[in-house]
Amino acid sequence: MAKILKTKMVPVPSKSIVPERDIDKKPVLECHNLGIDFGGLRAVDSFDLTIGATEIAGLIGPNGAGKTTVFNLLTKVYQPTRGTILLNGVDTAGKNTVQINKMGIARTFQNIRLFNNLTVEDNVKIGLHNSVRYTTASGILRLPSFWKKEKYAHERAMELLSIFDMQNLGNWKAGSLPYGAQRRLEIVRALATNPSLLLLDEPAAGMNPAETADLMETIVKIRDMFGIAILLIEHDMNLVMGICEGICVLNFGKVIAKGTAEEIQNNPTVIEAYLGKGQVQ
Amino acid sequence: MDFLKYLISGVSLGSVYAIIALGYTMVYGIAKMLNFAHGDVIMVGGYISFCAMMYWELPIWVSIICAVIVCTVIGVIIEGLAYRPLRQATSLAVLITAIGVSYFLQNSALLIWTANTKSYPSIFPGNIELFNGELTISVVSIVTIAVCVLIMVALTFFTDKTKIGKAMRACSENKNAAQLMGINVNRTISLTFAIGSALAAIAGVLLCSSYSTLIPTTGSMPGIKAFTAAVFGGIGSIPGAFLGGILLGIIESFAKAYISSQLANAIVFAVLIVVLLVRPSGLLGKKIQEKV
Repeated sequence: MAKILKTKMVPVPSKSIVPERDIDKKPVLECHNLGIDFGGLRAVDSFDLTIGATEIAGLIGPNGAGKTTVFNLLTKVYQPTRGTILLNGVDTAGKNTVQINKMGIARTFQNIRLFNNLTVEDNVKIGLHNSVRYTTASGILRLPSFWKKEKYAHERAMELLSIFDMQNLGNWKAGSLPYGAQRRLEIVRALATNPSLLLLDEPAAGMNPAETADLMETIVKIRDMFGIAILLIEHDMNLVMGICEGICVLNFGKVIAKGTAEEIQNNPTVIEAYLGKGQVQ
Repeated sequence: MDFLKYLISGVSLGSVYAIIALGYTMVYGIAKMLNFAHGDVIMVGGYISFCAMMYWELPIWVSIICAVIVCTVIGVIIEGLAYRPLRQATSLAVLITAIGVSYFLQNSALLIWTANTKSYPSIFPGNIELFNGELTISVVSIVTIAVCVLIMVALTFFTDKTKIGKAMRACSENKNAAQLMGINVNRTISLTFAIGSALAAIAGVLLCSSYSTLIPTTGSMPGIKAFTAAVFGGIGSIPGAFLGGILLGIIESFAKAYISSQLANAIVFAVLIVVLLVRPSGLLGKKIQEKV
């Protein structure tokens, strides 16, 4: 089982809390008053969130609450209607998804979106696209820089795959991997883009309890190895309560609660959002 | 001996189709659109190399490089001006635009170079005689086949092994996911058009030097046949374009020799129809299986 973290959370000026160890560091992500409308529907409204530099944060809420929409706003798949997103203190207004990725956000998807016909290794190398640099001409003519950079890409891909013990699957077609392995490969591919904030959209979906326990350990391990922040959407409450230091609860596009696992578990508004309001005898 | 002669001329013709088909298939694989202006880029390549050789009196190799550069630039401009604004539009709108671009190029050529037939010089003159003169092969056929094989091998390595090739395959599978992994999809598509158009220029030079006539509609028929070859082999597949092109060339050559030279085109397209009835995704195309 993953080690249950007892992190002391401290308030920061933006009315959020971050782990105490991150208080002197610049927060990796600060959202202020973030919102998006689809026609007349306010899918996300007044979303405020601060994530510490090495925090593992959770975003939870009932189905349709707008969790994935928040991810799409952070990665600029949707341009927000209102509000600001600061990434490592830099405003991301007007940036597109490619630029956001270069600035340090990488993500996985709720429905796995691997490049199924490519090998596992090539999937990871696509994540390395921007950190491996050589010209098209050098690629066509196979100049020394091509060999050097491709050798680096191969070694780096294998190193990243070994986090999940997948280094032996390098030549498999990504689409032929078992479901759990595909989910893990998506995380490796996202890590290959060298992010400072990793967004995981339901990483444990479809995994059995043993796999989930493994995944919890790995998420903590990734945070410790890379020193990055992780924001995850998850319905498995064991995972969320087990490893998330700060949790943000979303319902109907609005933040209804923020706090540590304990605070969230005892919050009446959260219980009501999940279970509904009933006659209390 | 005649059989061998027709076979070699078929393979040589097929090699030109294959080089053109590579342009169709790469663009289709990545941008999911049919670039019907591709055939006319061949014609532009023919005219540019013709002008470079005859009017500016440049050496042959420099002329070919001129044609390649001009076509590459034209390909990127066409993509940027005509197709990029329609990235989110329906495929029918893009198709109509492509036909428009095709006519634009043809009529521009008509304005610049007039409708008079230009007689293209033979770049690789001479014949090779084998078996005591019983079999004569033109040098241009051999060069065409060699160039096609070279391009094929280089392109396969390029898409399989280089990071830009991987980016292309990633865009072809899932543009949104590729973008979120930091791949600039627009730039990748531009690069694909650049490579396709450079190949079209080479095809233009080879085509014109085998047929030695050049008019503004020179590119149309080979363009359509190469498109047929791409579909025949399985559109989106690079080895498919190669196989489709070569087979189409051989079928055309044999049809001309043994059946009827007037009916050759009809036979070529009839074969396409039969193949598509039996294998709707082409010879090497991937079968799309729907999961239930």
